[in-house]
Amino acid sequence: MPSLKDLKNRIGSVKNTRKITKAMQMVAAAKLRRAQEAAEAARPYADRMAAVMAGLTASAAGSDMAPRLLAGTGEDRRHLLVVLTSERGLAGGFNSSIVKLARLRLAELRSQGKEVTILTVGKKGREQLKRDFGDLFVHHVDLSEVKRIGYDNARGIADEILDRFEAGSFDVATLFYNRFESVISQIPTARQVIPAVIEETSEAGASSLYDYEPDENAILNDLLPRSVATQIFAALLENAASEQGARMSAMDNATRNAGDMIDRLTTEYNRSRQAAITKELIEIISGAEAL
Amino acid sequence: MADTMQFDLVSPERNLVSVPVREVRLPGADGDLTAMPGHAPAIVNLRPGVVTVVAADGSETEFAVTGGFAEINNESVTLLAERGHPRAEMTQEIFNDMMAQAQRQVKVAQERGTAGEEIVAAAVKLLADMEALGTHIGLDPNQSNFLH
Repeated sequence: MPSLKDLKNRIGSVKNTRKITKAMQMVAAAKLRRAQEAAEAARPYADRMAAVMAGLTASAAGSDMAPRLLAGTGEDRRHLLVVLTSERGLAGGFNSSIVKLARLRLAELRSQGKEVTILTVGKKGREQLKRDFGDLFVHHVDLSEVKRIGYDNARGIADEILDRFEAGSFDVATLFYNRFESVISQIPTARQVIPAVIEETSEAGASSLYDYEPDENAILNDLLPRSVATQIFAALLENAASEQGARMSAMDNATRNAGDMIDRLTTEYNRSRQAAITKELIEIISGAEAL
Repeated sequence: MADTMQFDLVSPERNLVSVPVREVRLPGADGDLTAMPGHAPAIVNLRPGVVTVVAADGSETEFAVTGGFAEINNESVTLLAERGHPRAEMTQEIFNDMMAQAQRQVKVAQERGTAGEEIVAAAVKLLADMEALGTHIGLDPNQSNFLH
């Protein structure tokens, strides 16, 4: 049975932990708001880009002149998995869920006899994948110095991927990240970026009315790399919001658990104290009776 | 026909400008062009240069952009640029940064043996356009030649 002093120390240390988790929760809440604003602000560009792309690709996809970023290499043998995770832990299942999805996909691709390579962004995903798949890593992007994710970061990653594609080291690239649904729900998502996947939109038909200058293929050649960067940027922003959301709810849970623990320990402390008092009383009384 | 149209300048990070305008002068990849209300729908590739926006009252505002593309239709012009700065806010520092990026692109294109001639040519052209942009707005492109 722990002594009174031990119990008191434990209560003190759990209280300190609770203070920290509470603070982290509040910091995450503030960061989440900023991350959501950033994601919101980036939407018009991405939407426009997607709409124009949809119009362009509808007419270009069929032709033989279609760029490789759109039409693919004609093969589906070598896959690049781009795993976007965070640089910091203590965010609940945020990183694990992305890694889990990537692992599933990897196993599936391997069972089909495809070659797989991995490009990691963020320390946490790299650490988790290193043991089993360390030999598949081709590159790692470190964002730990980045305070606020900007388009330049996304472009750096996109350039890295595009260079590899140009060099012919893979056929298909897929992004893995968490889509932000709400504070309590982030959905691990896989999204293919190369070759480009164009969502069918109703605008696609209307866009064919446009005049293109210089011509459709020239614009497409210019646009496709930008579109890859834009999609990576969107994924990074979603990820950032998800990370803060996941951290917020994880820290909320931790704070609540610490509270429960403090209650339990306090009850135990009071009980032991009472037991000690009773014991002393009995000793006094039996001492007096013995006289 | 309305005598103004909607002009939006959008960067990947946020909406930079959203105003009604009378005309927009754009640095198209194949030559400059002016878009006015009632323009036929077009999608135009841009080179780095200066976009001039004429507001309803005739006042002009200029923006420096680093390429991108513009979507023009009957009543609006939407300009998607990776970077856009109002001319008044263009400093040597920002311009240096833009130049450095263009120079890096040339370097990467030249170093990469697999890249075709046209990719190198495109990067060199981009750099030249960027220099022209700097000269046009009175900034010195040579100050930023730290890569050479």
